[in-house]
Parts: sequence; structure tokens; C-alpha cells
Amino acid sequence: MGISVEGANKCFGDFQALKDVNIEVPTGSLTALLGPSGSGKSTLLRAIAGLESLDSGRVLIEGEDVGRKPTQKREVGFVFQHYAAFKHMTVYENVGFGLKIRKWEKAKISQRVHDLLDLVQLPGLADRYPSQLSGGQRQRMALARALAVEPQVLLLDEPFGALDAKVRKDLRTWLRNLHDEMHVTTIFVTHDQEEAMDVAGQLVVMNEGRVEQSGSADELYEHPANEFVMSFVGEVNRLGDHFVRPHDMEVVLDPDERTQEGLVQRIVTLGFEVRVELVLSDGTEVWAQLTRNELQRLELREGQIAYLRPIQAKSFNGGSPSISPGASTPLGTQDGGDAGIPAAV
Amino acid sequence: MTGTTSSRWGLRVLGLGYVFILLMLPLAFIFYKTFEDGIAPPFEAITSPDGLHALKLTLISVAVAVPLNTVFGIGCALLLVRHRARGSALIDAVINLPFAISPVVIGLSLFLLYGKDGWFEPGLAEAGIEVLFSTPGIILACVFVSLPFVVRETVPVLQEIGTEQEQAASTLGANAWQTFWRITLPAIRWGVAYGVVLTTARVLGEFGAVSVVSGSISGQTQTLPLFVSKQYENFNLPGAFGASVLLAMLALTTLLAMNLLKRKEDA
Repeated sequence: MGISVEGANKCFGDFQALKDVNIEVPTGSLTALLGPSGSGKSTLLRAIAGLESLDSGRVLIEGEDVGRKPTQKREVGFVFQHYAAFKHMTVYENVGFGLKIRKWEKAKISQRVHDLLDLVQLPGLADRYPSQLSGGQRQRMALARALAVEPQVLLLDEPFGALDAKVRKDLRTWLRNLHDEMHVTTIFVTHDQEEAMDVAGQLVVMNEGRVEQSGSADELYEHPANEFVMSFVGEVNRLGDHFVRPHDMEVVLDPDERTQEGLVQRIVTLGFEVRVELVLSDGTEVWAQLTRNELQRLELREGQIAYLRPIQAKSFNGGSPSISPGASTPLGTQDGGDAGIPAAV
Repeated sequence: MTGTTSSRWGLRVLGLGYVFILLMLPLAFIFYKTFEDGIAPPFEAITSPDGLHALKLTLISVAVAVPLNTVFGIGCALLLVRHRARGSALIDAVINLPFAISPVVIGLSLFLLYGKDGWFEPGLAEAGIEVLFSTPGIILACVFVSLPFVVRETVPVLQEIGTEQEQAASTLGANAWQTFWRITLPAIRWGVAYGVVLTTARVLGEFGAVSVVSGSISGQTQTLPLFVSKQYENFNLPGAFGASVLLAMLALTTLLAMNLLKRKEDA
């Protein structure tokens, strides 16, 4: 195992940031720690680096318990959200910092720094200061700096959080490619589920200091363990005890025993995707994801009545398929929590 | 528009006038008075044995008090900002005392501690160390009155740079000492430098506390500001003015040196 955390607990005063956290990150993998702010994901990452001490529990890097090792001996590369660039040093000095501390020869440092600057696509910027770089360039410099010392593990704390949308997307792809080349065990903290699914092979979903579920993006999306994971990984509508993905909501114009009536409040066209927002008779607000073609076929307009038919829904009541009273036909029954949605009266 | 323009001009004239009358004019007048009869009279006063001794004593005070307070100030600022522990609020408040208390009172308190029948007097007398009416007392007074400058200038800079750069350095293998020398100190250097300049200026010019503990004996325990005062009392105006100008020049030189260093680096 590349990185294992066993039974980790951490309190900041009255606030419990980590509650009995266990994770396993295989050697050479790229894993995302995904969760809302305050879920403990950054604390966990910092504990692995030794920047935060655990109240109890163990951190193992390549099988070795690093609990007693200070940060500087853990051989971790760490990338901060706000770059943590050494402002008084040039790009060259920043990237070479760890090598200088390790007393490498000047010629070897120069060789390695220039190789790394090529790798992170910053050739020719060695003599600039961080203040002369863009946000994306600074973060790539920070990544080169972390990689310079050939760390056993690479830890990225919301690395693209401070960048604008376009740069974020580019860097995402770039990071994935870089990992394919380097194969260093990497953990990547983010609150953005799309980013996590795009970059990482494995996801660990955290909430309120706990690990809710871990697995591949498909596993989490198709078989969420609970309500939190279902609503955090992907969009979801709530209908009573049931959860329905917006793309599993069929909009029709003729009612039958399985449909629910709704008033179309807003139609938002996002390119090919169309978002239809409806309010049900009991006041519940839901939305359905349609394609442009479907919308044109239905000729939907804001303010009109339409009928919703959930194709597939899930409920998390004790893990058994649950059908509400008055329901007619259950729809999907793939696994434990899947159930049909009751029809409207 | 004329209203805003005229009020802007009014403000400018008021500001410049205030600075000119309160700051520039007295200083310029001293320079004028000093060199009124040529360079010879002030030069003679300063190069007299007592004048040279006063200069030497002042420079010794600077050479000891400034490094002491710089090291203490950086350490104290690190303690206050980076290791916020119980008692640091108290330290934070106490640090400001030398600013709040009149230097004469500081001098008196030192007098009571180290003087005849003072708490520390028996032990010091046994060791053969004389504090009052000698150089150690003068340095002690200078250290006391100039203590807060480096702390006060360094604390906000330390807070502003945050801890991320230091944490990044530790993930790259730097130990606490290497992190301090290579990351923290370079990042706070201009705050420290400004504190050093203020400390130097204060030690150069300290009068009240030093006059109480030193006894102001000519040629023995007289620093430059005490020398100025003595010359003035003895109606030796060229001497008083000459020493004043020398003091002003020393302080200006430190300020200028810092600005030149900073400009050189920014370029």
C-alpha cells in the first residue's frame, strides 16, 4: 500500500475534524479526497504530510509508520492551494530548494531543475520571480518544486482552487497526463466532484470528518452508499424518501398512473443540455435534465403543466427496497436501495 | 470643481507648512547655526577629548544595544506570532512598557535596582561589576528604552507572510533552523531592518534614562546627547550645535543606508 491511514482522530478544540478515518491508497495510484469544506479532507492530507499531528491513529507510507517522523523526513511532496511560492527566490531557486537542502552539487541541481521546468512546461522562466508568473504558472512551479526531491508520495491540497475555470480544466488534463508518466502515489484534495472524477482513478468521499465511501467514480455514481454520497457525487432530486438523478426524470405531456404533476417554472438551455425546473403539487422543487431535441419535441414552455416519470430512483431506508404506500409499479430494482417512485394521485 | 481644487491646495499647503515649521525649520536652523562661523568651531568642539569620548560611548551603546534588541525582537516576535501560548498576551502587553513609561522613570527604576542598597547591588559589587555611572548602566538603559521597536515592526510582517512558505520548506526537507534562515528571515527582512533603524535612532538620541544612570561625567559617562546638553548649559553653542549635527547625521546615515539597500534590491 502506498499510503494507509488507520483509525485517525483529530480535534481542534471542540471541533472534531477527523472521526476514526481509515483510507488505503495503492502505490502509484491517483486518488481524490472529495468533500465539502470542513469535511476534514485537508486535515487528513496535512496529517499524512506531518503538518498536523493526529490525536490517535496511524499513518503508514509504503508500510512504514511515520507517526514519529517530522515533516522534513517524510519524503512527501506537498502542493498548497495558494502555491506557497518562496517570494524572495527565483523560479530556479524555488524548484532547486529541496536539492540545495540535500546538498546536491550545483551542476546536478541545474540539470534537474531545467529538466523539471521542461516537464511542467515552464522552460525559459528560470530567472523570473513568482510575482512575475500567472497563477497557473506558479502552481506548476510549485509542483516542479515538490517533484524535485523525488518524493514517495505527492499530496495536492486543492491545487487548482485559486485558478479560473479555463486554466483549471487545462491543468486537470495536464496533471492526469503527468501522473501517467511519473506514477508517483498521489492524493488530490478537492471539493469539486467533476474535478475529482476527471482527474482521479479512485475517490474517497468525506463528510463531517468521516469517510462516507471510497471507490471508482463509476461505483460511487452508480452505487452510492448513502444519501450524502448520492447527492454529493452528481446532481439529485429528492422526492419523499427517494432520490432521482435529473437525467432519470422523464418529462411527458400525458399523465398516467406512474407520473407526478408539476408546473414548469424555468427552462435553462446550457448548450445541448436543457435544465427544466418544476414545482410539484406538494411544493417540492425538482429539475429534469433533457436534451435540446427532447425539449423541442415536447414544445415545453414556462408556466405550463407537465408530468414527471422517474425512470430510476433510490432510497436509503435500511437498505431494503422501499415502496411508499399507494405506489403502483416499482421501476428499477437493481440492488438493495433501488426502488420505484410512487405515482402521484 | 474649483471648490475641490482649492480645498486640495489648502490641504497641501497646510500639510507642508506643518511639516516645515515643526520638523524642517528647527533642523535647518541648527545646521545654519552650526556652520555660521565656518566649519572650525563645531569641528574643534567635537574633536575635543570629551567630544570624541562622547561619540565613542554613543557608538558603543549602539553596537551593543542594537544587536541585542534585534535578536531579542525577532525571537520575541516569532514567539508571539508562531507559538501563541499561554502568557503571550501578557508578553505582548508588557513589551510596550518602554514606550508608555517616561525614560526618566526607567532611569530611576534602574537606579533603584542597581544602585546603592538596590536589589542587585550586593551580588554585582561582589563580582566587581559597576553598573551605575559606567558603561554597563548606559547600555542597560539604552536596551530598555529601545526594546519594542524590532518586535513591533516584525510582528505584523510575520503575520502577513503566514506559515505556508515555512510548511512548504519543511516538506522539502528543511529543518527548523534552515527554514528560519532561508525562508522566514528573508521574508521578514524589511520589517526587521526598519525596526533596526528605529532602534538605532532611539539609542543614538536617548537622553532621559541615560542621564539618570550615567551621572553625565564629562569624558567618562557622557554620551553625545548628554554632551550636547552640557555644552549648551555651559554656553558653548558651537559645541552643542556641532554635536547635534553629528547626531542627526548618524541617524540619517542609518536611514539612508537602509533605503539604499532596499533600492538596490528592488532594482
